[in-house]
Amino acid sequence: MKSRRDFLKTAATGAMLLGSQSKLGLAAILDPRKSKVVVARDAALHSAEGQLDEKRVADLLDRAIAAFTGRDNPVEAWKRIVPVGKVIGLKVNGMGGKPIATHLALTLAICERLRQAGVKPGEIVVWECRRGDLERAGYTISTDRNRIRVIATDMEGFGHEEQPSTFGSVRVNLARILTRECDFVISLPVLKDHDRAGVTFSLKNFYGAIQHPDQLHANACDPAIADLNRIPALRDKFRFTIGDAMASIYQGGPVFRPEHLWYPNALIVGQDPVAIDTVGWKMVERKRAEMGLPTLESTGRPTTFLSSAADATHNLGTNDPDRIQLMEI
Amino acid sequence: MLAVAAIILVAAAAGTGCKKKIVDPFPASGAVAGWEKTSETRVFAAKDLWQYIDGDAEQYLSAGVVSTSTSDYKYQGQLEATVDVYTMKDAAGASKILEKGQAKDAKTVPLGDAGVAYAQSVIFRKGPSLVRIVAYELTPDAQQALIELAHGVEAKL
Repeated sequence: MKSRRDFLKTAATGAMLLGSQSKLGLAAILDPRKSKVVVARDAALHSAEGQLDEKRVADLLDRAIAAFTGRDNPVEAWKRIVPVGKVIGLKVNGMGGKPIATHLALTLAICERLRQAGVKPGEIVVWECRRGDLERAGYTISTDRNRIRVIATDMEGFGHEEQPSTFGSVRVNLARILTRECDFVISLPVLKDHDRAGVTFSLKNFYGAIQHPDQLHANACDPAIADLNRIPALRDKFRFTIGDAMASIYQGGPVFRPEHLWYPNALIVGQDPVAIDTVGWKMVERKRAEMGLPTLESTGRPTTFLSSAADATHNLGTNDPDRIQLMEI
Repeated sequence: MLAVAAIILVAAAAGTGCKKKIVDPFPASGAVAGWEKTSETRVFAAKDLWQYIDGDAEQYLSAGVVSTSTSDYKYQGQLEATVDVYTMKDAAGASKILEKGQAKDAKTVPLGDAGVAYAQSVIFRKGPSLVRIVAYELTPDAQQALIELAHGVEAKL
């Protein structure tokens, strides 16, 4: 039997999710009491030599989105997720080089489905903080507003807001691509071990949307990650996550350490970034245990930012396993 | 040219114990068989290291990094790799980084003062320098090719 406290927690999560789902058209599909997270896997995604079979990525994406929305038709599913007539920002992660950047094949597959769902090419913005990171990850820069744009904050004409945004402990200058170019942001992070935060995934992906991420690393990035994501200019636009866990680093991240590379061959999809990060963190911990490594907490990198992100001050989602509807396919 | 000038300046500022020693540790294209230098050298002072490896910079800062230079390479037109050279305050700093986070399959290699190799990466230290070379693909000849490139870097340190 549920205690009153449990009931209130569940009700609060439900209200929070309904609020966001109503904007996505997903309210009728999802259980409002739980945060749904889909982990879609394809064991054949990488060859034994680590070559990605790019043709399989689009199918994996379709399976993940279908499982999340309950709609088998990918185009219909995407119509449930993204709004019409808005600029969709795809925040990729290019740091670390090609093997552990957001895979271009995934971004292209998403762009294709967005277009089929009625989003015009000029309404799609693929972005990251640094042009060099995008290029090293295999992306081609494009600034033509009639086509899908691939742009970076350090390119001429973009940059950061002069006026800082604040919440709690953070005072940051946000990327103008976030504040001025995008209406609806989808996070496309890469699951990795992180030398400061323990793990980096959806919430921390937005360290790439500020001028000085280096200033937000104290105390295992807690509460900085939660505070950053609670800034209205970000929170109001960041609506969905398609996490790239096709290749990952379980130790020595966030930069590329091939000696600690592994292939979860997975996409992790959902609306609740705290739930997604919680699922991703547990995957990294399982891999570390398998490799005989200590827990992140015992290496001085506890993922306490997840608790902060879920607390009443931030209310960004849930890190409670009982309130995460995990669907592994 | 600018990159070399930057390396000279950084090396001078690093106070490595030599009188304005000119250090350009990056072998030119063809200097190591099969390897082509494919990018300009980028140099980061300690305070700017986060711009290159945000989230990873702190461990180098705590070990006393003074400057970092990096360049991309390609082996036989196919295998892409990056060479990072971290100039630390002293050899102890380089040793600290080398010893941290070694995987079980590390293979000791005779490079500099100490070095290890993996299937896709080579890490070694020589004096205050810590060198990390990483390949972005796993190929049968990657490890040997990386070790040869590492020898080319070592010779220039």
